[in-house]
Amino acid sequence: MTPFKHSQTRLLMVLSGLLTVATVVSPQRAQGETVQPPQIAMINEAIEQGWVDYEISPAKEADDASWCRRVYLDVIGRIPNLEELQEFTSDRSNDRREKLVDRLLHDDRYTEAYANHWATVWTNLLIGRGGGMDRRDLTNRDGMMKYLRDSFATNKPYDRMVYELVTAEGATKPGAPGFNGAVNFLVGKVNEEKAVLAASSVSRIFLGQQVQCTQCHNHPFNDWKQQKFWEFNSFFRQTRALRRYVDGTRDIGYAELVSEDYAGEANDPSDALVFYEMRNGLTRVAYPVFTDGTEISRSGYVDDVNRRRELGRLMLDSKELDQMAANRYWSMFLGYGFTKPIDDMGPHNNATHPELLDKLATEFRGASYNIKDLITWITLSRPYSLASVLGSNNQVDDPSIGETPKFSRFYLRQMAAEQLYQSLVAASGGTSKGTYEEQEQKRREWLRQFVVTFGTDEGDEATTFDGSIPQALMLFNGELTQRATSIGAGSFLERLSKSGNSTTERLTQLYLAGLARRPTKREVKLAADLYRARGGNELEMLQDMWWAILNSNEFIMQH
Amino acid sequence: MTSTWKTPSGMSRRHFMNHLAGSTAAVSAAMTMGGAIQANAEEMRKNRKSAIMLWMGGGPPTVDMWDLKPGAPTGGPFRPISTSGNAQICEHLPMVAKQMHNLSVVRSMSTREADHNRGRYYMHTGFVPNPNIEHPSYGSVISHELIDQRPELEIPPFVTIGGASAGPGFLGMAWSPFAVTSSGRIRNLDMKLDDARLRQRMAALQEIESGFAARTKGLPAGEHGKVLKKTFDLMTSSQMEAFRVEKEDEKTKERYGTNGFGQGCLLARRLVEAGVPFVEVDLGGWDLHNNVHQTLSTTKLPQLDKAMSALVEDLEQRGLLQDTAIIWMGEFGRTPRINQNAGRDHWARSWSCVVGGAGIKGGLAVGETSSDGTAVESEPFSSEDLMATVCEGLGIGLDTIFMSKNRRPMKIANGGKVIRELVA
Repeated sequence: MTPFKHSQTRLLMVLSGLLTVATVVSPQRAQGETVQPPQIAMINEAIEQGWVDYEISPAKEADDASWCRRVYLDVIGRIPNLEELQEFTSDRSNDRREKLVDRLLHDDRYTEAYANHWATVWTNLLIGRGGGMDRRDLTNRDGMMKYLRDSFATNKPYDRMVYELVTAEGATKPGAPGFNGAVNFLVGKVNEEKAVLAASSVSRIFLGQQVQCTQCHNHPFNDWKQQKFWEFNSFFRQTRALRRYVDGTRDIGYAELVSEDYAGEANDPSDALVFYEMRNGLTRVAYPVFTDGTEISRSGYVDDVNRRRELGRLMLDSKELDQMAANRYWSMFLGYGFTKPIDDMGPHNNATHPELLDKLATEFRGASYNIKDLITWITLSRPYSLASVLGSNNQVDDPSIGETPKFSRFYLRQMAAEQLYQSLVAASGGTSKGTYEEQEQKRREWLRQFVVTFGTDEGDEATTFDGSIPQALMLFNGELTQRATSIGAGSFLERLSKSGNSTTERLTQLYLAGLARRPTKREVKLAADLYRARGGNELEMLQDMWWAILNSNEFIMQH
Repeated sequence: MTSTWKTPSGMSRRHFMNHLAGSTAAVSAAMTMGGAIQANAEEMRKNRKSAIMLWMGGGPPTVDMWDLKPGAPTGGPFRPISTSGNAQICEHLPMVAKQMHNLSVVRSMSTREADHNRGRYYMHTGFVPNPNIEHPSYGSVISHELIDQRPELEIPPFVTIGGASAGPGFLGMAWSPFAVTSSGRIRNLDMKLDDARLRQRMAALQEIESGFAARTKGLPAGEHGKVLKKTFDLMTSSQMEAFRVEKEDEKTKERYGTNGFGQGCLLARRLVEAGVPFVEVDLGGWDLHNNVHQTLSTTKLPQLDKAMSALVEDLEQRGLLQDTAIIWMGEFGRTPRINQNAGRDHWARSWSCVVGGAGIKGGLAVGETSSDGTAVESEPFSSEDLMATVCEGLGIGLDTIFMSKNRRPMKIANGGKVIRELVA
């Protein structure tokens, strides 16, 4: 018997030649006969056991409006607008939370926002916040985004996506002949330094193995040896990024990622080996061998063996792939993963909830890597539903001071820059104007101001969108805030000022729109003082309050 | 629009401000500038210490710069030249050579972190990375310790120019680096709003902030308020003039070098003059796995030579060098062995840093490495030792202990030992 029998009908759809499963809510569900996927109980039991073991009790449940704001931010990358918040809070059925998650994941009106949000998250992961921002860069950020948007819009299974990213061939730029946006992940990582960056990125992002140190020496605390690094690296040595110039100029039009016959460093394509140098100056030899010891053909001829495809195939069979995905998605929603950092996994770095991590990974594979299923399990789980309050019964559960997370409350965290941007746009009363390309251009310019680099050849970067002064200045005075707090004709504030029956009611709407709660008595009193200071101009008072709301910790935090 | 709220007559702006004064800390910038403090400012300025870090992102090949091995198979093509101090340095640093009586080379640095991120963390904090705790970096520690010497300071006490530096760790976001480009231009500085209304907005903001922090009881929510206060101070401060490096005369700009690093060093001097206790200036691009010597002689060293020598000379001429520590370093050195691409790879076992200014003696070469540069042959020094030495030079007590967020006591500079030769 399938657990979905009473609540859902299954539709089989064939999309882009791939078999995917879509779910549709049946009428019974609205009557409160929800049968939750068993994975949710599995998560709850494991997390609750942890509370028992540590003798702590969890925070109370978050109220509906807070939870609604939280799930909008995490699933589609922005806060709900007033109408959306009201739609949810006015629903009194028992399964309103299930319905909201289902709506955000499966309703057509959110497909674009969902796809855009996750494409942004993954673009930052795969090519960094600075990737494709420089004109000389081979990486095409638009191409990366397009591939990912299409993938998330069609809910491409995770394993399929990983395979495509690792094995892609083709052109980087949308519209170029042979365009394949997936190539943008590796196109900037294969030509320099013997493709060291390609190897370390693939192993870190998809397998949770940090190997960048092992190119030069054995890893100090995991079992990666220098030999293993160069064996893994060998999978990328047939791969080249070729520049394609604009006709008659020396400007790079786009780049193309290709697989070419590889002769190896001893110039014998039938035995294409690489050399590496050990610390003591001795030279050793490596061939492509996967992390679990599986060897593939040593031939460098693409017709004999396409090394990246072999790697992709081996990765899909590895347990590390599932574990990394489960750990990553968990951390994206709960703020902390089961390991810290999330992408450094293995026996040297104990997980906080090893059994849960294992089970979640296995279930994800069992669900054919349906990302929306994984998101459903996590967002409907009990730890995700808790209030963000540090209470007296769970004081030890504070990972921000270095304690291991026990998930007995929802951890406060700052929104990502991209979430804040989309939320400010939503908070200014709707979608921004212009085509997708124009909007994306604007967004990218805005985001670029926060990227700082470290001057290494590994492209290390950091963001000043970290709660420090530049961020505060931007929110105080930046153009986006000015637009959001505009009181011109047709603006959010102007429209709000014409609605409702009283100033108090309008102030309440303002608080709901920004913070998903009503103003406190003190805040109402403060607004009244401001109202007087503005000489009775209510619109200007609302403008001042809206500015204060948008700049507050409560607005910029996911809570 | 019909309002249901009354406008009482007689509610003056002054009344409004009085009303708010009790509920907010954010309007305090003007209020802390009391007369008594002003009178003391001159006295304070005399004892005011600062530090400037020149950060060489990517890991500089110190074996080609400060500890040459001419004739050794690892030596490379550069010749050593004599300097105004005891140390000999690279021929491509002739202007720095004339300032070496003010600077000392520590040739026996020996560390273990040869990965960029780990090395950057370790050299900036004196601690190896630990997943459960974030340690405060040089700039955060030093500005935190020296802030009491400048109660009048309204601009951020830790500024990083042209790079990212490292964070405040458990000291909290209020001690994080304020990142600017070498032009000193700062985005979004102007609100275009009259002062009274800005202050009223700040009061409303403060109310929401403190309410949220009290409800959630979490640290991050409370930290934000401190950053807002600093931001407000900065927006309304005349000290922001210090960032306007373009106001320097052309001759000075030319002396420092009209490139990012040169102007960054000039900006650093302006900031230190204005009372900023810690400035970091970043020069990246040292990750020279390929063509190391060509890149050094044509671009990196001439750029460094001009800017670094100008900074030391300028500070000395203005009488600031005796109170300003200079720290030159990267995350590690580079392999003495030259690789097959005519480059040098990451190397932490034996390398050099350069320090001077404040109470640190100049003109010395401390420690030595083997004839091919692959090993330290005198007492080895670590990041902690260098940091302890800098703190000592700045008069910061090495018995200072920080309490991390999880109540673990941490000694400043991780308990490093002072390099005795360098301090009186």
